[in-house]
Amino acid sequence: MPLARWCILLLLACCPGLAAAEGMASLTGVPGDAARGRAIVVTRQRGLCLLCHSGPFPEERFQGDLAPSLAGAGSRLTEAGLRLRLVDGKRLNPATIMPSYYRTEGLVRVGPAWQGKTVLTAEEIEDVVAFLLTLRD
Amino acid sequence: MKRALLAFPLALPLALLLAGGAAAEPPQSGFALMAPETQAMQRDDTANPGMLWVQEGEALWAQSGCTGCHGDAPGSMRGAASRYPAWDATRQAPIDLAGRIEQCRVDRQGAAPLEREGEPLLALSAYVAHQSRGLPIDPPEDPRLAPARALGEALFRERRGQLDLSCAQCHDDNAGRRLGGSPIPQGHPTGYPLYRLEWQGLGSLQRRLRNCMAGVRSEPYAYGAPEYVAIEAFLMVRARGLALETPAVRP
Ligand code: HEC
Ligand code: HEC
Ligand code: HEC
Repeated sequence: MPLARWCILLLLACCPGLAAAEGMASLTGVPGDAARGRAIVVTRQRGLCLLCHSGPFPEERFQGDLAPSLAGAGSRLTEAGLRLRLVDGKRLNPATIMPSYYRTEGLVRVGPAWQGKTVLTAEEIEDVVAFLLTLRD
Repeated sequence: MKRALLAFPLALPLALLLAGGAAAEPPQSGFALMAPETQAMQRDDTANPGMLWVQEGEALWAQSGCTGCHGDAPGSMRGAASRYPAWDATRQAPIDLAGRIEQCRVDRQGAAPLEREGEPLLALSAYVAHQSRGLPIDPPEDPRLAPARALGEALFRERRGQLDLSCAQCHDDNAGRRLGGSPIPQGHPTGYPLYRLEWQGLGSLQRRLRNCMAGVRSEPYAYGAPEYVAIEAFLMVRARGLALETPAVRP
């Protein structure tokens, strides 16, 4: 029962300030590349985003429905808020199913191929953030 | 009711909270979420590729001398699969159906062990489990299985792998939704061993669990590991009452 999910969505919907207040500074100090970010988001094995999310990606037949659409994410969240959501969304919602894309500690039985590695690199996170900021509606 | 909810969206979480104590929905087999063509393939024994392994298993049953002690499988093995994993008094541990077959072969017949995911053991398991097709899953009321079931439940709820997801987050919290293109089933072990289109072959429940573990980028246990038997012991209690389907077909 996704009760916790509803509550969080409701919380975010009622009080956008809650999420916007929390954020994170650039991981690289260099602005990301939105075109590269888009490629990461739509490539299932890299970004994994469309396993759970849908969004304005007409060329992608298979999109998930476990999470809100990414459409308009750039107008709902600030750059710093989007970055925090990607780096470690569990700081916003400990129960979230969204993976923490830039975290290696506190994980259980990680497969040898992925041990000590983050899901995305710092550069890739910045690229994805730059792309999400272009999703205005 | 509907109109009230639309007018007052805030009432929704409250209503869900109040409904929270209600009994869980009845369990549903992954069969229900499959495309009609795949369902038809499973239903029709002449189209179900899993039946090839069942036939192979029938031949092996006769050739391997199982008949000597058990007679004909349709009589002696009916219902067996619905009660596994069971308690194995010899090893003082829970044992799954494939493990029991191996025990008969190795301990009672002095035969050389078979590979866990090899064709002969899959065929024998499919043949034995097929004798329970249509019967409800009926886990034994055996307190000696309680620790394994508890361990299985803990493993089911534990987040794992680089993606940090638990079985429960997909199969309890998000069942019926779509992960990319695939509907997420409730994750019931009703059809094993089964023919998976993606495998182009028959596979055990342990192979399926390894796929799910690798999917969250976690390290699967070795074939035959007690963790799988514990997870299966929990899954069978969770699936109590669902009909066995062996050999099922899955995407
Ligand atoms: C395993 C599922 C899953 C994956 C994979 C996933 N997310 Fe999420 N995401 C969620 C869920 C569920 C939420 C809803 C909020 C929550 O759970 O805290 C969410 C929330 C978000 C939000 C905030 C949405 C909003 O409008 O407030 C953004 C932005 C986001 N995800 C981006 C991404 C991006 C980009 C990727 C890929 C790099 C990704 N997500 C991968 C499940 C996922
Ligand atoms: C020497 C006699 C003997 C032979 C040969 C034998 N078994 Fe068994 N089998 C047993 C006994 C005895 C049990 C009951 C074990 C128990 O309950 O502890 C058993 C139990 C089983 C069970 C579990 C049934 C249940 O209801 O729990 C299966 C499945 C099984 N055997 C399969 C096989 C197969 C397959 C073969 C041939 C490869 C085989 N057996 C050969 C003696 C034999
Ligand atoms: C990210 C979501 C996800 C996680 C986490 C996950 N699974 Fe699955 N599981 C799936 C999907 C999707 C399928 C169906 C795949 C298909 O048929 O193509 C599936 C299939 C299954 C099945 C087969 C059901 C059937 O009808 O044959 C079982 C059993 C199962 N999972 C158990 C588990 C267990 C146990 C775990 C934890 C170790 C787990 N899963 C973790 C998504 C997940």
